[in-house]
Amino acid sequence: MITIIDYGVGNVKAFYNIFSKLSVDVKVARQPEDLYNATKLILPGVGHFDYAMKRFSESGMLSVVDDLVMNHNISILGICVGMQMLAKTSQEGILPGLGWIDATVRKIDSNLLNQKTRLPHMGWNDVSVKIENPLFKNLDSNPRFYFLHSYYFDPISTSDAIAFSNYGKEFACVVNHKNIFGVQFHPEKSHHYGIQLLNNFANI
Amino acid sequence: MLKPRIIPCLLVKNKGLVKTLKFKDGKYLGDPINAVRIFNEKEADELMVIDIDATNNNHEPDLKMIENLASECRMPLCYAGGIKSLDQAQRIFALGVEKIAVSSAAIQNPSIVSEIASKVGSQSVVVVLDVKKKMFGGYDMYTHNGKKNVNLNPFDFAIKMENYGAGEIVINSIDNDGVMKGYDLDLIDKVRNSISLPLTVLGGAGDLEDIGGLIRKYGIIGAAAGSLFVFKGKYKAVLINYPNWDEKDKLINKHFKINLNA
Repeated sequence: MITIIDYGVGNVKAFYNIFSKLSVDVKVARQPEDLYNATKLILPGVGHFDYAMKRFSESGMLSVVDDLVMNHNISILGICVGMQMLAKTSQEGILPGLGWIDATVRKIDSNLLNQKTRLPHMGWNDVSVKIENPLFKNLDSNPRFYFLHSYYFDPISTSDAIAFSNYGKEFACVVNHKNIFGVQFHPEKSHHYGIQLLNNFANI
Repeated sequence: MLKPRIIPCLLVKNKGLVKTLKFKDGKYLGDPINAVRIFNEKEADELMVIDIDATNNNHEPDLKMIENLASECRMPLCYAGGIKSLDQAQRIFALGVEKIAVSSAAIQNPSIVSEIASKVGSQSVVVVLDVKKKMFGGYDMYTHNGKKNVNLNPFDFAIKMENYGAGEIVINSIDNDGVMKGYDLDLIDKVRNSISLPLTVLGGAGDLEDIGGLIRKYGIIGAAAGSLFVFKGKYKAVLINYPNWDEKDKLINKHFKINLNA
């Protein structure tokens, strides 16, 4: 059962609809009890880092999710701010992140952008895969995804960085460390590219 | 490389999909949900939906309708129409909308923009400016479907909105709405030079080459269009259409002259 963590931040419905269409068993968790039969987790997120961390913590689900991921090897996919929350810290806020991946979230350096439009990084961008990963199974060789963000995930270990995109400079837009996955873009809004990626996560 | 965005803009009135001419004479086209489904199939870059009744009739955003649209929509969705408060904006985000746009609310109370941005992040807060040429040069800003001149300079206001934390500006040309004879490039130049936010322009696109012209001139830009993606032919038969990935890539490769994103 794929369980989407609904802590009031992020587009829960879009994920639910895609997994339903894929005939994947899916449910939405709004309180700790809803998480008990989860075999995989989706952690969506939009907005401000601290706001998202605060809401996740207030939902009462954070400690249960932490136990499932850390002690029971349940795979989790963090999306956008949900990915950034996997890091230890973020330049956007003062609250600590979940710290499941050794990484810092940094602001995109707009001085590197040789164009009038700067931040946020908004729209469809190419993604190049550097390390083979089950998330990219059966995806086009040159996949593209929809991005909407001003901060990016900067992992310490290069082996955690699976795929990159370029906005001013290259940044890791897909990370994977053990059973923990994160994508900076919005697969739920990236048409067939995103649907394939979510299907791949469901089949890991 | 980041791509320019090609964005169908759907107008909603009395829950129906309509298309206006210079902000008037909303012609009924059908059910907006059907249009969303077709744009899903066409894999459109983004979708913008504007409820043109909401502010004009002073009614709240139709949450049920937004929920239906958002749960059907498989591309990023921007909703505009009648949003006046942070609370309304948060409810709309919870329905699965990626971006919300404010217009008259931002004019009446600019701090609404920073209030919403502080909770949901700037990237999801869009400000729409409905702009019309003045009789003797320059531009005016309007609200209430182009009926109310708010006597503000749109370029100064765009800068103000960037400072208040908006994440995107949409410039909507009242004069060119539904005319299908091309965008108002003079207007776009002036806004582009005022701000460094993502800019989306609306009003006037008659064919894909009009969008190509924008890409040639501005590189990364949001090219929005209403009539172009809902009508076909000179008699304006209703036919939802949108370029496929190959057609889009061809258009971008043909016009994207300098690699602004290198």
